[in-house]
Amino acid sequence: MLTNYELTKSEKSFISVHLLFAFAALAIGTFFGPLQAFEFSGVDFYPLLEPIIQSYYQGLTLHGVLNALIFTTFFITGFLTLTTIYGLKRPLKFPLLNRIGFWTMVVGLVMAAVPILLNQASVLYTFYPPLKANAYFYVGLTLVVVGSWIEGWGFVFTWREWRKENPGIRTPLITFGGLITMVMWQIATLGVAAEILTMLIPWAFGWIDGVDPQLARTYFWFTGHPLVYFWLLPAYISWYAMLPKQAGGKLFSDSLARIAFWLFLLLSVPLGFHHQFVDPGVPAGWKYIHAVLTYSVFFPSMLTAFTVIASLERAGRQRGGKGLLGWIPKLPWSNPSVSAQLLAGILFFFGGIGGLTNASYNINLVIHNTAWVSGHFHLTVASATALSFMGISYWLVPYLRGRRLWSRKWAVIQAWLWFVGMMIFSNAMHVLGLLGAPRRTPLGEAPYIPEEWSGHLLRTSIGGAILFVSAYMFIFNIAKTWWSKKLIVGPGEETEIPVAESVHPAQETPAKLDWWTPWLIGAIALILVAYGPQLIEQIGNIDLSSPGVMP
Amino acid sequence: MSEESRDDSVETSLHLDPYEKNWMRLTLVLLVVFAAAVTIAGFALGFQVPSPEERVNPQTVAKGDGPFADPGLREYPNGSYDLYIVSQMFAFTPNEVTVKVGSEVTFYVTSVDVQHGFKIQNTNVNMQIVPGQVSKLAVVFDEPGTYDFICTEYCGSAHAQMYGTLTVEK
Repeated sequence: MLTNYELTKSEKSFISVHLLFAFAALAIGTFFGPLQAFEFSGVDFYPLLEPIIQSYYQGLTLHGVLNALIFTTFFITGFLTLTTIYGLKRPLKFPLLNRIGFWTMVVGLVMAAVPILLNQASVLYTFYPPLKANAYFYVGLTLVVVGSWIEGWGFVFTWREWRKENPGIRTPLITFGGLITMVMWQIATLGVAAEILTMLIPWAFGWIDGVDPQLARTYFWFTGHPLVYFWLLPAYISWYAMLPKQAGGKLFSDSLARIAFWLFLLLSVPLGFHHQFVDPGVPAGWKYIHAVLTYSVFFPSMLTAFTVIASLERAGRQRGGKGLLGWIPKLPWSNPSVSAQLLAGILFFFGGIGGLTNASYNINLVIHNTAWVSGHFHLTVASATALSFMGISYWLVPYLRGRRLWSRKWAVIQAWLWFVGMMIFSNAMHVLGLLGAPRRTPLGEAPYIPEEWSGHLLRTSIGGAILFVSAYMFIFNIAKTWWSKKLIVGPGEETEIPVAESVHPAQETPAKLDWWTPWLIGAIALILVAYGPQLIEQIGNIDLSSPGVMP
Repeated sequence: MSEESRDDSVETSLHLDPYEKNWMRLTLVLLVVFAAAVTIAGFALGFQVPSPEERVNPQTVAKGDGPFADPGLREYPNGSYDLYIVSQMFAFTPNEVTVKVGSEVTFYVTSVDVQHGFKIQNTNVNMQIVPGQVSKLAVVFDEPGTYDFICTEYCGSAHAQMYGTLTVEK
């Protein structure tokens, strides 16, 4: 399983073009981050951007859509193409299918980007109706999702072919995690597909007069929370199955890693009402059931924490670490890929605690729709995911391009700057949320801001500025590497995809943990139980009486 | 992959480490404690989230003779209040309200255009305002003072200006 397998030139360039779009989205998306953060201290740069960008909310829409939807989806589909091919040691079964999927995503991206740039889709990345966008914004987002589905089908077909060729062999963990990610994504996106296809597109084209905003929210959050796991699981693949190798160790438990992935497939979807605790149209009893189900998904997160930390501790001790915490400084922090992912993991620790708070039913009333929430998901998608993806890029780009990373030192500093900037930024946002500051609001111009918030608002700006510098250090380093003339010659760490062995070989993991049917049935059954009655109720009482407004 | 490992007679096991078992137990205990805490707070102490109140037509709810056509305070003989509020880009109507200290105020809030948020600072009142729905929560104001209620959901360009003030008098 760990024998080297060299990807073909065309496979490498196919994955690379995914990354190119991802990094371009990140470059533009992060440009708008500090504009929000500075606005909080009353420094508004938006007037300088006219007439290209006409409002705070146009910028915020670009920030959310490009970073959280486009950067992630393109990076994930590219990275999982690699984990599929390299894990299974075989080419894609239908390379053309995956190409069609990819170009569908690109067409969708362009279609959604044009209305955003024309200020006709300043509805943020949650696009809550009846705020109305240009119809092509919805069509474009749909195509991005459909394209990602098609790429996922390509992975599944490839795996089925491999399975025929390799009966009885455990699916390699990196491939297994990728398949779970894409299958979960397929199920989860049915919600937003229903929202867009049955309501938003017909409405935006004028075929129906209005929408049902409450039903739209229920559809949206069917997808909205598992979307977080779509972002996280590829980072988990790296944390479980790659990072231990980079740290000089092995995966502590292959079987527990698989159980955690299965539990994410089982539990990611049937808990979306915890994003709707304050909604008027969902009964409190159902909200409570989803709160409990959300707690249950904390279990595989804790399994992940244990296994990843145990793997790292084992590696650190092998490198001579002594005592309770002495193994930590022994980890190869000078490797930017390692330090970025370790720091991402530390930030995610705080994100996880905040997530439990969000899930906690009535406690959620304190922080719902406040800056706390934005602070929270900057620790999840913008740290656990984004900083991990940066860390992965530090080996992936050199591998794919056959070029040496431009500067390892810059890369390590970049990771630390992200960590420091995010600690400052997210802490300030969490505090502001507890004090009652609304999220997604240009607080610099809000009339109800008490004086006591000003220190925290300033910290948000400082954190945002540091994050901006860090993001552009990353982009610069990757660009210099991408088009570098320093080709890697000969074998070595830089030409290798890091895949960790497990302490106990994967073949000793029970065969049942490679068996899809019961888990899929379980996942669908749980969704039917947790969502069925409310979907029947809300669809049965659909009321399309909100005509909406384009902001 | 060697031939031996294809052999189905390979001994399989979850290989659970004792520390790992204890970690799982600890996680389960934590979750049970958390769930018990929110359950008691919600169902015994009355810290509750909104639940469906009424479906309305956003285009007509503020017209005619329903309570939202004449939004504002309704005081009851026992000293409690109902407060009807209409949200519309970019203001709450009414946006200045005065109640007596110690009174229970039940908020009924709806929207005639897009989604809004309704959060009263320094209280547990926090609601999504969705066109076609009425959001309802009640709170007792034990401390005199002024409480801002702010729009916490993006509703358009002047969202940041949308707020009102509730004064609690002695």
